[in-house]
Amino acid sequence: MAAPIKVFGPAMSTATARVLACLLESQLQFDLVPVDMSKGQHKKPEFLGIQPFGQVPAFQDEHISLFESRAICRYIVDKYTEKGKRGLLGMETLERASIEQWLEAESQSFNPPSSALVFQLAFAPRMKLKQDPNLIAQNEAKLSKVLDVYEQRLGDSRFLAGDEFTLADLSHLPNAQYLINATDRAALFTSRKNVNRWWEEISGRTSWKKVVEMQQTPLPSSSST
Amino acid sequence: MAERKVYGAPLSTATMRAVACLYEKDLDFEFVQVDMRAGAHKQEPFISLNPFGQVPAYQEGDATFFESRAISKSIAYKYLDKGTQLLGKSPEESAQVGVWTEVEAHQFDPPASKLLFECLFKPKFIGTPTDEAVVAENEAKLGKVLDVYEARLAKSKYLAGPDFSLADLHHLPVIHVLLKVPRVAALFTSREHVNAWVKDITSRPAWRKLVDTYNF
Repeated sequence: MAAPIKVFGPAMSTATARVLACLLESQLQFDLVPVDMSKGQHKKPEFLGIQPFGQVPAFQDEHISLFESRAICRYIVDKYTEKGKRGLLGMETLERASIEQWLEAESQSFNPPSSALVFQLAFAPRMKLKQDPNLIAQNEAKLSKVLDVYEQRLGDSRFLAGDEFTLADLSHLPNAQYLINATDRAALFTSRKNVNRWWEEISGRTSWKKVVEMQQTPLPSSSST
Repeated sequence: MAERKVYGAPLSTATMRAVACLYEKDLDFEFVQVDMRAGAHKQEPFISLNPFGQVPAYQEGDATFFESRAISKSIAYKYLDKGTQLLGKSPEESAQVGVWTEVEAHQFDPPASKLLFECLFKPKFIGTPTDEAVVAENEAKLGKVLDVYEARLAKSKYLAGPDFSLADLHHLPVIHVLLKVPRVAALFTSREHVNAWVKDITSRPAWRKLVDTYNF
């Protein structure tokens, strides 16, 4: 029997949650191995051996060892999508190109300002760190511009890449979840009609609800769908 | 009408990233210059090609795409058997291509782009002085990233494995420009394996052809 897939990282980390969402969407069994970041475990030599930048998550599937959440997600979808079935990366080149485009938009345009806001507004207070009002204002302005583009796109299209839920939509879940549910900036999303509709739909998926449940569970444990 | 078109600017590293892929794949295309100084990238007709108002955009037949890294990936997939194979030659290597393209995007590019902006763009195009504190901060960050690259490239000829791939290619435009700044070039040349890798990838015929053609 093959060794189970292993994900190293806390469920509450946005990048780790991205991978968990993808595994659950793909209905794969996996072990979630805890990494105690408050004790600096992610900067210790054993962890740096599987993630040289000292960040979560890391991932192992048999003899393949990977990091970077979006790379892990693409690997999972490519390896485990049944031949002939439409997976989270689509079925043919044109579809995939559109999904890759919106995945990069998430990575390059949505992620930087939303990550900064998640840290400043959701994590810094918990960690008793001082917030930076300039940084908050700058990133809110950036994120607003990005969401204006999304508002227009989602007026023309049910999901970002087309009619189907894909990895491009999934990739947004972790940061958006925190912003909407753990800060007072939910209106960034909820005040935009199409963005709000899209959010309700993608966050209502069973797999995402399960990730949120895992984030709220104090002790990470072995998990199966 | 040309089958493939790139809309961008020769001075844009992102545009050159997409063009580099087309050159490695030996694919013909038309280059349509977007007048960024006139703000053409923020208005129609360009904004319909990329609603984020950034170069490049890429058109193939009726389909248009933006984000240079997505464009290059799509080209590499669609034309798998043409020109250089850029996606890895084994399942393990292909998985690593995925990892190291993300590393370029999330670890390398942020500090590298800030250095590019402070050391080259600001003095050349805006005329404001370089912020030394920002330079120092990002040199340190980039140095740490290149330490990881040094360890990786000591074990692996290219970032994803034994073969040149998109993971290496995506670095070319920004490295090429940063090498023009002596203090930043030193970050690369002072690390033995990084230096060898930079020399290798920047001397590829497809890359030399791009540099000559666009005076990059």
